[in-house]
Amino acid sequence: MLKKIWFIFALCPLFLLGQKTNENQLNIEFIHKVDSQILTLDTAKYFNALGQPFFITKFKYYISQIELINEKGKKTESHEVFLINEEEPASKKISISKVKDGEYSQIQFILGVDSLRNCSGAQSGALDPIHAMFWTWNSGYIFLKLEGKSTESSATGNIFEYHIGGYKEPSNCIQTIHFNLKSPLIFSKKSSQNLTIQVNVAELLKHPVVIDFKTMPSVTDTKNAKLISTNYSDMFSIQ
Amino acid sequence: MRKIFGFIFGISLLLSFVASNENPYFKISKKDVKLNLPKEFPAPLYNFKENPITLAGFELGRKLFYDEILSRDSSVSCHTCHQRIAAFAHIDHALSHGIDAKIGTRNVPALQNLIWRDAFMWDGGINHLEVQAINPITSKIEMDETLANVIRKLQVNEEYKFLFKKAFQDTVINSQRMLKAIAQFTSLMISSNSRYDKYMRGEDTFSIQEKNGLTLFRQKCASCHREPLFTDNSYRDNGILLDTSLKDLGRGKITQLAIDNYKFKVPSLRNAEMTYPYMHDGRYRKLYDVVKHYANHNSHSASVDSAVIKIGTISDNEKVDLVAFLLTLTDKKFLYDKRFSNPNFK
Repeated sequence: MLKKIWFIFALCPLFLLGQKTNENQLNIEFIHKVDSQILTLDTAKYFNALGQPFFITKFKYYISQIELINEKGKKTESHEVFLINEEEPASKKISISKVKDGEYSQIQFILGVDSLRNCSGAQSGALDPIHAMFWTWNSGYIFLKLEGKSTESSATGNIFEYHIGGYKEPSNCIQTIHFNLKSPLIFSKKSSQNLTIQVNVAELLKHPVVIDFKTMPSVTDTKNAKLISTNYSDMFSIQ
Repeated sequence: MRKIFGFIFGISLLLSFVASNENPYFKISKKDVKLNLPKEFPAPLYNFKENPITLAGFELGRKLFYDEILSRDSSVSCHTCHQRIAAFAHIDHALSHGIDAKIGTRNVPALQNLIWRDAFMWDGGINHLEVQAINPITSKIEMDETLANVIRKLQVNEEYKFLFKKAFQDTVINSQRMLKAIAQFTSLMISSNSRYDKYMRGEDTFSIQEKNGLTLFRQKCASCHREPLFTDNSYRDNGILLDTSLKDLGRGKITQLAIDNYKFKVPSLRNAEMTYPYMHDGRYRKLYDVVKHYANHNSHSASVDSAVIKIGTISDNEKVDLVAFLLTLTDKKFLYDKRFSNPNFK
């Protein structure tokens, strides 16, 4: 009996120690915009680089493999996958726990889902195909969906839809987004840090590939998706 | 004496009640879901570590496979187009009909030896056995249902609540579990007991005609229809002319490379006797027609695979011998395997 009590006492400091390193947390908020305006689904009218008017009805994407990097190049990695969906405000605020103590001057993440997870069978959580972010005829996750309407669109119902995905070459749309932080994120002793990432949907439609709703109202295959995916990186910014 | 009979009768009645209460379907025991890999086959590609087959998981998969609940209006199940007696192909249907009698664009492939497949569908668009079932469930012309709605229906169904809990030990019902259960069922569909297999194992004999057929098969067909699975898992243009109403690009639609246009997966020939009609669009009704196609080089498309050109001539006698050999690939043990029967019929 005595031995057992000693054993429990002996475990206590270990337990506390474990907790300490686990409690650093990074909170990231994604703010969706169309140029200077905050994104509003369905009702707000926007114009693309060609002056074509449009409304946005859907905007959702996967963020994964978030990494914080310190001056020495050491990393804290998260293997969690997040589905950010404009329709669900709560999904735009994500948290990574178990950030190791340290000073991080860089952050990077993948827009999309890593190749292994694209071919590992049935999955759950953010990757549950129930979220309609999975191609059923050509297996793999849709990394980003942007849908809307434009009177200039040549598609039925004046819709446009851009479903970006593909993890295999030559149509690999997985892209790493990387930032050098102006002021480093410092974590020590159960600290929690916040980061705001701006996501400008307008950039997805204009640089380097200008999307014309008339000639390209619908992209739902990997080849053209690759083309649009080159527009990803300009979309994100950190103030 | 009468008392003893009465006692025995009572006990057996009680036992049958207990047994049927535990399992209302065809009695499957643990040993029925044991993975017995044929010695002659290569190592399977499916990773069972991520989804080990259990009795309860297999039974759940079996129930799902035969249940129309997966379709929008409860009219279509997997079994509607994948019939056991046809090695889970759709017997006598060139193209299949799905929901609202809509007609598909391709011939239903047999379901057998799936754990040796690296990709699924005629064009190989599906990269994993577990995600395969999402396609027919959500296809507008097959079951036309959303995954979200299927899961909602299962979550409120008392029988499924019971079966999921039995298979996964807790009350969560999600698409991952549903898909893994279906994969447990389909992964055990192993055909390795045809007369060909028995002949190879020295348990059966071949007629002279069948032996000739095997020799010819090895000379002319086996480079693509590689033994013992009778496919090399590749995609090839077998030279049939494009059906201009279907305009099916095949593999090219998946890779979006022009060189892959009109290529289709090399199908296994196991149980070919029962999987008629043949080719990706079911254009040939008889095995003899298929053999004739490969012999008739003048009728081939310009983009035909070089392996088909190498076949050369096949005499009429040789055609008959080849068909005789193909019939030895029928695996009655598999076709009548009760483990894969409809659980709703006792």
